Amino acid sequence: MAEERVEPDPLRQPGPTNPAGQTGTTGSPRLTGFRRSDGRVGVRNHVVVLPVDDLSNAVCENVASTVPGALALPHHYGRLQYGEDLDLTFRTLIGSAANPNVAAAVVVGIEPAWAHHVAEGIARTGKPVEAYSIERFGDLRTLASAARTAQQFLQDASELRREPVERRELLLSIKCGESDTTTGLGSCPTVSQVVDRQVHDGGTVIFGETSELTGGEHLIAARCVDGEVRARFQALYDHYIAEIESSGANLLGSQPTQGNIRGGLSTIEEKALGNIAKTGSVPVVDALEPAAAPVKPGLNFMDSSSAAAEFITLMGAAGAVVHLFPTGQGNIIGNPIVPVIKLTANPLTAHTMGEHVDLDVSGLLWGQYGLPEAGNRLLALVDRVANGRLTCAESLGHREFVLTKLYRSA
Amino acid sequence: MEPQLLGADAPDQRVAAPAGAPHFLAHREGDHVAVAVQDVEPGPGRVLYMDSSRAIELAVQEPVPLGHKVALTDLPGSAEVVEYGVRIGLTREPIARGCLVHVHNIRSARWQKSE
Repeated sequence: MAEERVEPDPLRQPGPTNPAGQTGTTGSPRLTGFRRSDGRVGVRNHVVVLPVDDLSNAVCENVASTVPGALALPHHYGRLQYGEDLDLTFRTLIGSAANPNVAAAVVVGIEPAWAHHVAEGIARTGKPVEAYSIERFGDLRTLASAARTAQQFLQDASELRREPVERRELLLSIKCGESDTTTGLGSCPTVSQVVDRQVHDGGTVIFGETSELTGGEHLIAARCVDGEVRARFQALYDHYIAEIESSGANLLGSQPTQGNIRGGLSTIEEKALGNIAKTGSVPVVDALEPAAAPVKPGLNFMDSSSAAAEFITLMGAAGAVVHLFPTGQGNIIGNPIVPVIKLTANPLTAHTMGEHVDLDVSGLLWGQYGLPEAGNRLLALVDRVANGRLTCAESLGHREFVLTKLYRSA
Repeated sequence: MEPQLLGADAPDQRVAAPAGAPHFLAHREGDHVAVAVQDVEPGPGRVLYMDSSRAIELAVQEPVPLGHKVALTDLPGSAEVVEYGVRIGLTREPIARGCLVHVHNIRSARWQKSE
């Protein structure tokens, strides 16, 4: 299948209606978003219907089909969890609905106590939230009540207007997936350009993928702003690796994955160095627990799984409003509340999986343009997506929402 | 009946690189390996170092698919393999300059089990 295309697909590039030249470096007047009551800025305006537990998925999905436009967030957990694992589930559920891409939330749980706990956490942002529990009402009466609320929230949210925002107010997250050697050569360094610009402008970016730093973790440790952050980063890293290694499992085919290997990556160290190539050159200002919202501007590390759906779910819970996702072999990930911008430097992936590729930077491999140009193209795309352009994943209905489970339920 | 796997059965798909494109990119001077940025057949190949912009000629010994690595130097067995200026693993066996470098002849130096 010979392919003569040498320029990135023009459809994936800044078009005449949004010329990149109008985009300033520190956020431009034309960038718009939703300024929420807690001061954070979102780029989407979802009304979510959030199950507290697996049992409540059916009602939530029925609410969303009764009130088209409301967004159900079904997931698999929330029962008999305890300790740190339960804390993480609560933090993830609360953080996801609290995300500034969300205008209002309807919470549904089988039991009232945890449903109210989750709703209270969301209410601290000041956004509208109502909670329902199914016991002593059943699915149908819960559906009727929750759907009425979702309808009201949706109509109210439709009157919220975008207002001018600056790019540095957008909390960005970064993670690559189905990586290959082209990620380290092209798509990750392109993301680095955006990370450096965003942090230089006073913005915040979150990265993570704890186990996927193996072989280059010393490079991240060296970039931590002080000994205290470095010690916390190292402790989170060491703990995660000890957990993986204690399994005694053969990791070739899992980390790196079979897809990574097919794409030419041979070891976890090689994968890690390509991964780190997207973190820019700025210091690491903090080391966060999973799903914790950053408190310091700059580049934040979060202890996290490297599995794409789990990772971006944690980022959404931390408040990320746009995710940048370099891919090599063609990860197709999306998220219900965080637009995921996928870019690839692999020309074969760009050609065979174009419907998943928001930005083709394969020209970097062949010297057709340099990193600053690729970075400008990605920044222009971030602005367009922030302004409302649907990502490939959004347009294809990818809504992967996956909770990170720390251990078995009781 | 064997299950059919569409991805595995996909026809050989190639993307032609433009004239003048390098065959391989190396991240840094001193790296032991470079990455093929097009499907490369045995014969003369051109390697471009990304940090110095220096180009060298390399006699490629075996096919190296897009994204896979080639040895820039002869490597003994159980030796460190360097890419990005950092160790990415250890050789399982001696590897000659111009040969394919992948999981068959290098392994992680970090995971206890990576076979």
